[in-house]
Amino acid sequence: MADKIFARPQALKDVAFHYCPGCHHGIIHRLVAEVLDELGITDKTIGVAPVGCSVLAYEYFNCDMFEAAHGRAPAVATGVKRSQPDAVVFTYQGDGDLAAIGTAEIVHAAARGERITTIFVNNAIYGMTGGQMAPTSLIDQVTNTSPYGRKAETAGMPIRMSEMLATLDGAKFITRVAVNNPGNMAKAKAAIKKAFEIQLQGDGFTMVEVLSTCPTNWGMTPIEAAGWLEKQLITYYPLGQFKVPEEVAK
Amino acid sequence: MPRPVFNEERCKGCELCTVVCPKKIVVISNRFNSKGYRPATCIDETKCIGCALCAKTCPDVVIEIHK
Amino acid sequence: MAEKILMKGNEAIGEAAIVAGCRHYFGYPITPQTELTEYMAKRMPQVQGVFLQAESEVAAINMVYGAAGTGVRVMTSSSSPGISLKQEGISYIAGAELPCVIVNIMRGGPGLGGIQPGQADYFQAVKGGGHGDYRNIVLAPNSVQELVDMTIQAFDLAEHYRNPVMLLGDGALGQMMEPVEFKIGDMAPMAKPWAANGMRGRKEPNIINSLHLQPEKLEQHNIHLQEKYAVIQANEARWEELHTDDADLILVAYGITSRIARTAMEKARSEGLKVGMLRPQTLWPFPEAPFQRLSDNAKAFLVLELSAGQMVEDVRLAVNGKKPVAFYGRTGGMMPSPKSVYEQIVKTVQEKGGK
Repeated sequence: MADKIFARPQALKDVAFHYCPGCHHGIIHRLVAEVLDELGITDKTIGVAPVGCSVLAYEYFNCDMFEAAHGRAPAVATGVKRSQPDAVVFTYQGDGDLAAIGTAEIVHAAARGERITTIFVNNAIYGMTGGQMAPTSLIDQVTNTSPYGRKAETAGMPIRMSEMLATLDGAKFITRVAVNNPGNMAKAKAAIKKAFEIQLQGDGFTMVEVLSTCPTNWGMTPIEAAGWLEKQLITYYPLGQFKVPEEVAK
Repeated sequence: MPRPVFNEERCKGCELCTVVCPKKIVVISNRFNSKGYRPATCIDETKCIGCALCAKTCPDVVIEIHK
Repeated sequence: MAEKILMKGNEAIGEAAIVAGCRHYFGYPITPQTELTEYMAKRMPQVQGVFLQAESEVAAINMVYGAAGTGVRVMTSSSSPGISLKQEGISYIAGAELPCVIVNIMRGGPGLGGIQPGQADYFQAVKGGGHGDYRNIVLAPNSVQELVDMTIQAFDLAEHYRNPVMLLGDGALGQMMEPVEFKIGDMAPMAKPWAANGMRGRKEPNIINSLHLQPEKLEQHNIHLQEKYAVIQANEARWEELHTDDADLILVAYGITSRIARTAMEKARSEGLKVGMLRPQTLWPFPEAPFQRLSDNAKAFLVLELSAGQMVEDVRLAVNGKKPVAFYGRTGGMMPSPKSVYEQIVKTVQEKGGK
């Protein structure tokens, strides 16, 4: 690609994404693929797709892929990594997959320090099933199952997964990023790259939580959604690093 | 001279690229692609500085930046 | 000449898995199979294998899915309530056509039930358990030696057919100690070009998946699965017959119940009653052929189970109305004595005229 400043990464298949216009899944897929290209690891990478809008992620990456049951990707990834320790293994999960049905699996994979990398796409709503409340939906956020706005008395407070998982010793690198503007996107890519590098070094569990938009179910245009993310989501879910490997902290 | 190349059939008209271009040369065109979306396009390639922000912002890998 | 070792059933399964080349075990403690999990914790590191106590039976079956998808021999084990937890994962494994071995050491149910032996998971094992049109190959051992032989066979069958294989044991078999010897299986380990173990130069990615959103594609996939199951039904049914040639009454039992039944049968024979026994060794595929043959000359069947009556339905289907099928079962972990089974034999002979 000597004649191109920017083109599709090799690790991303040349097929149209099924995602909605302006959905950040496409950006995040591409960043992961760029990192796989740059680290030269696509050939030994095995990814695990979730249930959610990105259930078809296995059709987009140019590496071996698994489709997992809802929430179970970290357990599937554990089975994969334990049987193929020299492979690079990642899970790609949404907020229902990881923060609702799959909470046990992600907590224990992190606690065990599984040498896998989790990309956690948090758009504070259940997209694939048409816009229901997620564990990460904000207070007063209107969704199909919180039609009067989420109320703490009945639905509790939204869960900050990154902060929670960072308390586990097996978790080596936990960070929250966003891709709603070029500056955030560059930091997101750097975080994803670092997470995979830590896995390559043989260190423990790494996770990058990526705040994302869901324009369709938030009921906004993609540009409006990027603004809502900046004003509302980032306020409740601050960007930053919640766990770093010891050497980097020094 | 750098210039953006749009794979118009893949564009979903989300407009995210139109707000990141520092030269304000990326807009939504008047035509439709076969999916019914109005694809994004560049109205003045001579002004392109090859920053690739449009390409990086695009969720559908519609844009390539050629040298 | 292979050496015989005295082993507990649960542990013998573990050793048999290792003999069969299994180097990956994911499990969770639950009575009455915990000894198997603990045995693997000790033995797997000794053979450079992987042992992981998962956070739940749900996680364990999904770890099995992951490892099986990369092409390695892998096993999990549990008991009835834990097997219920695994049903989602088993459906996914069957849909994705992955080989694996699942051991169920049955206990009393339903719900939390009890910890004594039971056979009330027959429906769950044989009729599906999880959602969708799929089948588990189900093997039914009745001795610690059969636990060993069938475990080894299970890995071969699983690989050959790319299907989950369930070893359906019970708490009595799991806990008892008997002398066993270990023989390597017949089938050579298979190449797995479909495995998703990292491309490493392979041109096209492999995808382990059971999702087919287009109905045309999903129907084709289901037709393919059914064709596979037809081959298994034609080739893999196994059973044992004792004294059936001249029998008026045929006892039908599997697992620990078949051993009680055998003692009762011997007593009945010594009293001049013409009693035989048909012991299915595979519950799926169910051995229909011998029932069709035996129902010509036998006068009746008596099915014995540690349940309220599950396998009896398949016996009735196989006998197809030709002869009466009686049932005697105990639930809750109660095990009938040979004497009480003998009394049932006598009662059935009197009622159904099988003199």
